[in-house]
Amino acid sequence: MEEVKLFGYWVSPFCRSVEIALNIKGIQYEYIEEDLTNKSPQLLQYNPVYKKIPVLLHNGKPIVESMVILEYIDETWKNNPILPEDPFEKARARFWANFVDQKCFPALWKTIWSTSEQYEQNKAEALERLKVLENELGGKRFFGGDSIGMVDIVANFIGFSFRTIQEALKLDVFTEDNFPKLWEWAENFANCSPVKKCLPPQDKLIANFPPAYMGKTLVSSFQSRLQLQFHPPAAAK
Amino acid sequence: MNPVHKKIPVLIHNGKPVCESLIIVQYIDEVWHDKNPLLPSDPYQRAQARFWADFVDKKVYDCGRRIWATKGEEKEAAKKEFIGIMKKLEGELGNKPYFGGEDFGYVDVALIPFYCWFHAYENFGNFKTETECPKLVEWAKRCMQRESVSKSLADPHKVYEFIVSLKKKLGNE
Repeated sequence: MEEVKLFGYWVSPFCRSVEIALNIKGIQYEYIEEDLTNKSPQLLQYNPVYKKIPVLLHNGKPIVESMVILEYIDETWKNNPILPEDPFEKARARFWANFVDQKCFPALWKTIWSTSEQYEQNKAEALERLKVLENELGGKRFFGGDSIGMVDIVANFIGFSFRTIQEALKLDVFTEDNFPKLWEWAENFANCSPVKKCLPPQDKLIANFPPAYMGKTLVSSFQSRLQLQFHPPAAAK
Repeated sequence: MNPVHKKIPVLIHNGKPVCESLIIVQYIDEVWHDKNPLLPSDPYQRAQARFWADFVDKKVYDCGRRIWATKGEEKEAAKKEFIGIMKKLEGELGNKPYFGGEDFGYVDVALIPFYCWFHAYENFGNFKTETECPKLVEWAKRCMQRESVSKSLADPHKVYEFIVSLKKKLGNE
């Protein structure tokens, strides 16, 4: 009997990646929400090196680091593959998943926390990264082709959470005008059933963002910016 | 060939480019899968190997760089961190001849190239890896007996000289 458990945090896009992959494969799993201000002894036992979520536990054996977990899931449950079979296409998919993880996510994250002085510069960097990503998407429905694959999964933050947070803060980074193809991708992505199953409601996301473990200063900074309806300076055209 | 990152290494196979070193290593392992596999066949063992190679990738270069590129307290902190990283890796190695077990594998491939940088780190940081992590250095010397490794790694003294000249260029003395 397979026993699959996922230690996660409800707003983490890294945890979301794992959930989407498990849903694509139709795997039943037990989800355990971690309080990151008070990490459980189990989490510390299963991930002694980084002490972070997500942690996948399969028949008692832990796998950590979301990209490592995705590869493990794809190799263990062979239905509905999330990586191509051809080695070159697989390398390509890994490359772009890495790009999203290492370059896009941090750039977008920075725009959320920008002061008005920093915003334009951070926005410019984010726009550059999104442009590269949109070029890679090209005319495809998903990065994985006709169905979602590893790159789409890793980009879940762009596809859902970032747009929600951006809208609440009235930022203008990822817009339909700037990135029509990526926007359409995001719409299609958020509507896929393996994704829909694990998306938190938008109002819950905003009411509880950022997560408490990030510290009181950041939490109150965000909440006050929401109330002030932070308006970034008008962009020079 | 690498318009996105503009970096090396880039592997070009029949005209098609593959970028990012660990992605390239996995590609090589998959294309030429009949000979000397680098990753184990069991998915859980593969996940462990990927985890540790990723750990090396994330930690070693950056920390090593801070040893030679910084001064004073920052340098001391980087040195302590580096030794901590090596100790963790030594713990993972345990009593195995290689990270891959009996056979040289993926994690060995990820870590051994840094061995030729140790001399430089040790000089700038004023420590000896052999004193701190004797089993790890034993492992490194074992790897260096393999022709595939010894032929590929740079001379540690040349690496040290390279960093000295790099520091000069960066105005970092």
